[in-house]
Amino acid sequence: MTPISILLVCVAALLGTAVLAVLLVHSSRSTPVVYGAGLVFSAIAFFTALAYLAAGLPSAEAPMLTLPFGLPWLGSHFRLDTLAAFFLMVVNLGGALSALYALGYGRHEHAPHRVLPFFPAFLAGMNLVILADDAFTFLIAWEFMSLASWALVMAHHRGADNRKAGYVYIVMASFGTLALLLAFGLLAGTGGDYGFAAMRVSERTPLVAGLTLVLLLLGAGSKAGLVPLHVWLPLAHPAAPSHVSALMSGVMTKVAVYGFIRVVFDLLGMPTWWSGIVVLTIGSATAVLGILQALMESDLKRLLAYSTIENIGVIFLSLGLALAFKANGMGLAAALALTAALFHVLNHSFFKSLLFFGAGAVLTATGERDMDKLGGLIHRMPVTSVFFLAGCVAISALPPFNGFVSEWLAFQAILQSPAVPQWGLKILVPAVGGLLALSAALAAACFVKAFGVTFLGRPRSAVAGQALEVDCFSLSAMSILAALCLLAGILPGIVIDALAPITLSLIGERMPLQTDIPWLSIVPVTESRSSYNGLLVLLFTLFSALLTAYLIRRFASRVLRRVPSWDCGFPEASPVTQYTADSFAQPVRRVFGTLVFRARERVDMPAPGDLRPARFAVEIHDLIWEGLYLPITGAVGFVAGKLDHMQFLTIRRYLSLVFLALVFLLLVLALWS
Amino acid sequence: MNGVVFDIAHMLAGSLVLVSMMMLYQDRLYALLNVFALHSLILTLSVAWQAFVQDAPHLYVTAAIALVFKAIVIPVVLHRMIRQLGIHREIETVVGIGPTMLAGIGLVALATVVMLRVTPEADPLAREDLAFALSVLLLGLLIMVTRRNAVSQVVGFMSLENGLVLAATGAKGMPLVVEISVAFSILVAFIVIGVFLFRIRERFDTVDVRALDDFKGRRRK
Repeated sequence: MTPISILLVCVAALLGTAVLAVLLVHSSRSTPVVYGAGLVFSAIAFFTALAYLAAGLPSAEAPMLTLPFGLPWLGSHFRLDTLAAFFLMVVNLGGALSALYALGYGRHEHAPHRVLPFFPAFLAGMNLVILADDAFTFLIAWEFMSLASWALVMAHHRGADNRKAGYVYIVMASFGTLALLLAFGLLAGTGGDYGFAAMRVSERTPLVAGLTLVLLLLGAGSKAGLVPLHVWLPLAHPAAPSHVSALMSGVMTKVAVYGFIRVVFDLLGMPTWWSGIVVLTIGSATAVLGILQALMESDLKRLLAYSTIENIGVIFLSLGLALAFKANGMGLAAALALTAALFHVLNHSFFKSLLFFGAGAVLTATGERDMDKLGGLIHRMPVTSVFFLAGCVAISALPPFNGFVSEWLAFQAILQSPAVPQWGLKILVPAVGGLLALSAALAAACFVKAFGVTFLGRPRSAVAGQALEVDCFSLSAMSILAALCLLAGILPGIVIDALAPITLSLIGERMPLQTDIPWLSIVPVTESRSSYNGLLVLLFTLFSALLTAYLIRRFASRVLRRVPSWDCGFPEASPVTQYTADSFAQPVRRVFGTLVFRARERVDMPAPGDLRPARFAVEIHDLIWEGLYLPITGAVGFVAGKLDHMQFLTIRRYLSLVFLALVFLLLVLALWS
Repeated sequence: MNGVVFDIAHMLAGSLVLVSMMMLYQDRLYALLNVFALHSLILTLSVAWQAFVQDAPHLYVTAAIALVFKAIVIPVVLHRMIRQLGIHREIETVVGIGPTMLAGIGLVALATVVMLRVTPEADPLAREDLAFALSVLLLGLLIMVTRRNAVSQVVGFMSLENGLVLAATGAKGMPLVVEISVAFSILVAFIVIGVFLFRIRERFDTVDVRALDDFKGRRRK
């Protein structure tokens, strides 16, 4: 069997599993059966895609397949090139590991029949989006993926918050699909050929290309979470069960990135240089706003969802760089930027899935998502906390983990910008670099807060004090991801070389071969400019840490001593006196939040002698929600209220309306030319 | 021959528009029905002439259907209905005759302008026919809009349908099946409307559709 038919068989098997899950609703074995099947089929698809990517066939030899589904004169076209294989790898690795995680986590699900049928269907939908080779199949699969994930968001529909999340999500998803539909309509042009092969060779005017880019930013961007279309993401991702949150955040956003890359780099032809400016600006704004909102958050899963927005911003920022370089014929620099983007796609799918798994483990153990009710979990859940720490280090872009490599590559691409001829880009790109650095630093602060408040200190509630370590399935899924984070950070050369066929087919250039460089170093441009060696950093870190530990134990204290900690002069050792999530974020909130979120702090201090307690309140506004979405919903409500009267017209009025509409259209026709 | 053919077709279609205009200012139901019968008769002649000109025998069937149903059966049945309902003395117009006629003239002008502009390459006979057919259609709608009595709304609907038939026969190669199905659907619509008229009458003691509005309004509150 060819790779593409193996993949399609896996998709069919996943869909079959979804049907099986419906049939097995009342069986007690349905959870292990469904997740086991999901694990097996995703793993097969993952290894197939990996083998294909490793073979590195040029895109001209990409296998294609046409199935007689869909529109009768069109059929469904599927194609597997290296770009698709890479994203299939990301999707199916995430899918397989979340199925593995759910073998344990899913046992705690109180309404499994609301999750089980949609989980494999969601996986199948994401696979189909990536395999599709015509606009019709792509859109159908895209909508299928959206609906399946919507059903998963609504799995716990009793909570009013979840219902709101589901509503906002489905509105945004419909809007995104509409924008994509229009974008593909423009791509197909007047010829009306919806196959990607025809779109790839057809010519377009700059106006049409620009409109397509904007529509695509709206369509794929709303699914990926670009500002200002990100509002659904922090609502919907945390509302789903944690393994699904990991899929939505770590994987589904990548499918949206895939859609963007497929159209903008593959189908749309040569980009104009200003398209790079648009994508760069949106990407960097997304990165900074996303991480600032994550810092303000005290709900662990919402924090992770906001941090996804930041990472999507980083990815789009690199894509914007790649567009700008490609438009100027700077092939090597474009290949570097695109590699950075794809590498970050891979990395983010690793560590965001890992972190959501960790949050799910905390949720299972304590029933809490609010960080202000957690704390001290490192004593109760040592293994989970180590894995979560690995994820935090990776997402904060600290070497030797993988997050550092991709962000470092993005910075290397930014350093190529002085060679760009346009002054607009010359000035913009360093500013974008500044924003990227800012967001990386804020991300580190954010995850110090996430890990510190959740796992360190003392428990802030009784449930946190009685938490128990989670099951071995969940732990093994987390351990695989943590190991992958470390491996990709130590051996980045292998990943970069695996990505080379993709940049070769999309840009026509590739980064220099990295695996030939001795000692596992990577050299993106030339040795004289910059190089990085993850293994060396790891060895140095390990060595210095071990040495420090040894020296402390040798010279400072040989035995473990438990003594009262220094209590700042307060004898009462209540856990409430610890740093909370909000108090940790206060400095950042004061510096940035006053401007970005109109954050206000109010202190209500009673007069001396008054016995009521003093109160400290923080007020934060989401300006995008209040400034953009509330006016829109208000306008829609106003118009709907006015149109409501049309329900109760007389028959003659209805007839008159039809009549007037007809006369109006005829008048337009008469006056047109 | 061609000149005479064109002139006669033109005259018949034009008189159909004229009769539609006549229907606009009939404020008594019997008179309205008689004018409608005349309208259908002229349609019959027009279709028959088209059958002769286009050498399309199936159009004679259409003409026969128009004659039997529209010129004879429907007016007669409506006459009986009006007598049974006891509304033959009613006079009604919602808008005054003057404005209605002015609007009708405007509509005919609009239809002609639109049709002549969008069909420059078509056969001149079909072109004129379409312009007149659109006028008849718009006038039929105008009748429906300006009347309050359900019977006269039915008549307006029927004259609208006459316009459709005129358009259909003007274009060459219209299959018979389509025409017959249109004719039958109109007939069914007519029967349904007729049944409803009696039901409305039973319920509200009037066929003035204002009663329906009042009823709906009461439900709403």
